[in-house]
Amino acid sequence: MVQVEMVDIYIMGKKYVVPASLTIMDALEFAGYQLKRGCGCRAGFCGACATVYRIAGDYELKVGLACGTKVEQDMYLAQIPFFPAVKQVYDLETLAPSNTAIADYYPEIYRCIGCNSCTAVCPQDLKVMQYIAYAQRGDLARCADASFDCIMCGLCASRCPAHIVQYHVAILARRLYARYLLPQAPHLKLRVEEIREGKYDAPLEALMGKDIEELKVLYNSRDIE
Amino acid sequence: MYTHQMMELIKKVEATRPRRKGVDYPRMAPQERQEVLRNFHPDFIADGFRPLKVGVNKGDKVPRELADLIEARSRIANVSLNLEDPTYDVDVLVIGGGGAGAAAALSALGKGADVLLVTKLRFGDANTMMAQGGIQAADKANDSPEIHYLDVIGGGHFTNVPSLVRALVNDAPMVIKWLEELGTFFDKDEQGNMLTAHGGGTSRKRMHAARDYTGAEIMRTLRDEAFNKGIKVIEFCAAVELLLDTEGKAAGAILFNLETEEYLVARAKTVILALGGSGRLHFQGFPTTNHYGATADGLVMGYRAGAKLAFMDTIQYHPTGAAYPPQILGLLVTEKVRGLGATPLNINGEQFVHHLETRDVESAAIIRECSERKLGIPTPTGMVGVWLDCPLIDLIHGEGTIEKQLPAMLRQFARFDVDIRKVPMLIYPALHYQNGGLMIDENGATAIENLYVAGENSGGIHGRNRLMGNSLLDILVFGRRAGWHAGEKCKEVQLKQLSLDHVDNYHRELAQNGVDTAGRVSPMLLPRYTHREALQV
Ligand SMILES: Cc1cc2nc3c(=O)[nH]c(=O)nc-3n(C[C@H](O)[C@H](O)[C@H](O)COP(=O)(O)OP(=O)(O)OC[C@H]3O[C@@H](n4cnc5c(N)ncnc54)[C@H](O)[C@@H]3O)c2cc1C
Ligand code: SF4
Ligand code: SF4
Ligand code: FES
Repeated sequence: MVQVEMVDIYIMGKKYVVPASLTIMDALEFAGYQLKRGCGCRAGFCGACATVYRIAGDYELKVGLACGTKVEQDMYLAQIPFFPAVKQVYDLETLAPSNTAIADYYPEIYRCIGCNSCTAVCPQDLKVMQYIAYAQRGDLARCADASFDCIMCGLCASRCPAHIVQYHVAILARRLYARYLLPQAPHLKLRVEEIREGKYDAPLEALMGKDIEELKVLYNSRDIE
Repeated sequence: MYTHQMMELIKKVEATRPRRKGVDYPRMAPQERQEVLRNFHPDFIADGFRPLKVGVNKGDKVPRELADLIEARSRIANVSLNLEDPTYDVDVLVIGGGGAGAAAALSALGKGADVLLVTKLRFGDANTMMAQGGIQAADKANDSPEIHYLDVIGGGHFTNVPSLVRALVNDAPMVIKWLEELGTFFDKDEQGNMLTAHGGGTSRKRMHAARDYTGAEIMRTLRDEAFNKGIKVIEFCAAVELLLDTEGKAAGAILFNLETEEYLVARAKTVILALGGSGRLHFQGFPTTNHYGATADGLVMGYRAGAKLAFMDTIQYHPTGAAYPPQILGLLVTEKVRGLGATPLNINGEQFVHHLETRDVESAAIIRECSERKLGIPTPTGMVGVWLDCPLIDLIHGEGTIEKQLPAMLRQFARFDVDIRKVPMLIYPALHYQNGGLMIDENGATAIENLYVAGENSGGIHGRNRLMGNSLLDILVFGRRAGWHAGEKCKEVQLKQLSLDHVDNYHRELAQNGVDTAGRVSPMLLPRYTHREALQV
């Protein structure tokens, strides 16, 4: 039997001994939890598994994704599976991509004190403070670009002394930018019109009527871009 | 971090690398392809399947793990419920908060229906969120829905249901347009032209993407829109059984509040199932790329109510799931890694299959290398895998390519001290996609009146094999169609008394057919991974 290195961890204060190689998520399960909250994609995409922890002897509170952070000796941890953040409701169709579009809904962005806590905690290594600064200036393009990899885990908002919900600011910026400032695809518009006019109805109908042998011939002789 | 033994083995990879660089391994002849599939692809492992003993598909083979859940007792067998006094009473009940569910809910709302969306985890904790590669649509000048049709049906080995393929390819550009108007941030050039690429089995470059986060971008946009439109959403609320009315029409569902463990009655005039896939059943012991909630609940519930399964004897395995480090077991290693030139290697550092065979053939060849040929690389956790020689990428395309083109991959492995610019990845096929599901028509309707299905939960669109990029597409095409139809249909529905007789009948049928359900209750809802690691060591 292989000797496994074990560490002591404290899940919400209770001690468990778990293999040192595990992620926080696997360690919770190893300890006997069947996760309900705080677990989604298990791969760093959904932002369900935000976790706060501290290593005994250290005063610093750290955060990370449970599915992407390894356990450490004497780790004290708790998950934040839900964060009661403000999400403003808007109708994208009646908005304009103006300089103040974001501030109209999230005026608190101007209360940012530049503490950089958000950037420090972001598990996606985004420059969160920076994208908030872009939002303050009404620079939708840069805000959209800089926030693109956001998985909406909520960690930045949990640390923000100005009560800004960065990820909701970011999605508004991205949607406005993609809707109004990025040019709409001309070829797409054209194709949709063609389909609406029924241009492909008959050809598709004809394909549906073909038997497998005919389809095979067509398939095997199609030219490849 | 790799162990000392593994680092020693990596030396062999390094030793053969100069010799392998730039040399194309021969592709398999058609004959050999068939052979390797027949002998090693999990779909051909007879022991992995068994025929169902009850229900509409009696006699049809499905994966054993699924059969065990289908032939199980209902969670509500001994629960007393007052069907006369529903907690929720709506026009359209959408079950499942992934891309299909979100699209369905928005579309039903657009028809003026009162919509309720319930979902097991958080809204958006779903396979949709994880799709990286892209979404197909024939919207370029050199492409057309006809060409797309041929690609889809050829990819599905000509088994797809033609009317469903037509709906898929016909609506595809409309779906992309819809997403564009909702402010989905697609990759475009300055003129607004979509940047599109090839995917496995495409004859035109029609894969639209939003960087490495295509599914996430679609999901978060639809979710934001659902909140803006005020759709009622209940999270951590799983459906456990469908409700029918006394005429056998769908009429709601029994819900389970995961936190209070309370069962609730939801009455609805039409119901849309969008519960996604089944990767977490770990068919034949395979690791999976799927999210935590992919436990086939929709198949189980729908089947019990009398809906028909199609193509459930075929499962898609992705050739490159991470096999090590154990923290990322099953994590999808995107096809792009092989596209850029990384090749699979055995324990001797030798290539054994062309790196760009189709997914099924590539997977089967890797399994053959590890099983019959015993040339896999063992890990300390008892897994076996083969190397994927990613450092080749920078050698071929120049330093910095991995960093620029594969940032998500680089980040995922770096978290566990594996630098994929310097050392190969260890990979093994992972359970990726449920090709089949509940049979639908082009409106997402099933044989049960007022019951609709959309997304990975449904079957027939892709036949026996789905091509990459057509799944994100199908969830939106059929999510919308199901939403529209259910949203219209509910206006004329006169609900009769609610009934769970079908569940009692099902239990009776199980008993009559001598099925021993001891210890088996379904749907599964959540996998149980406690002490998983301990068992492997
Ligand atoms: C890692 C990965 C990468 C992929 N990449 C691509 C790609 O590049 N292109 C592509 O086209 N496809 C891709 N796919 C496939 C595609 O993403 C999925 O098939 C598709 O998103 C499924 O969407 P869905 O809405 O049907 O299901 P999901 O998105 O999985 O949503 C199902 C929802 O139902 C909920 N649910 C489950 N059970 C219950 C219950 N009992 N009660 C209530 N709710 C329940 C779940 O929690 C979930 O929210 C990928 C899949 C994975 C896993
Ligand atoms: S920006 Fe905030 S919500 Fe987005 S990933 Fe970073 S910490 Fe999480
Ligand atoms: S945490 Fe809040 S206040 Fe601090 S920099 Fe970020 S947005 Fe500004
Ligand atoms: S579980 Fe999805 S990010 Fe961790």
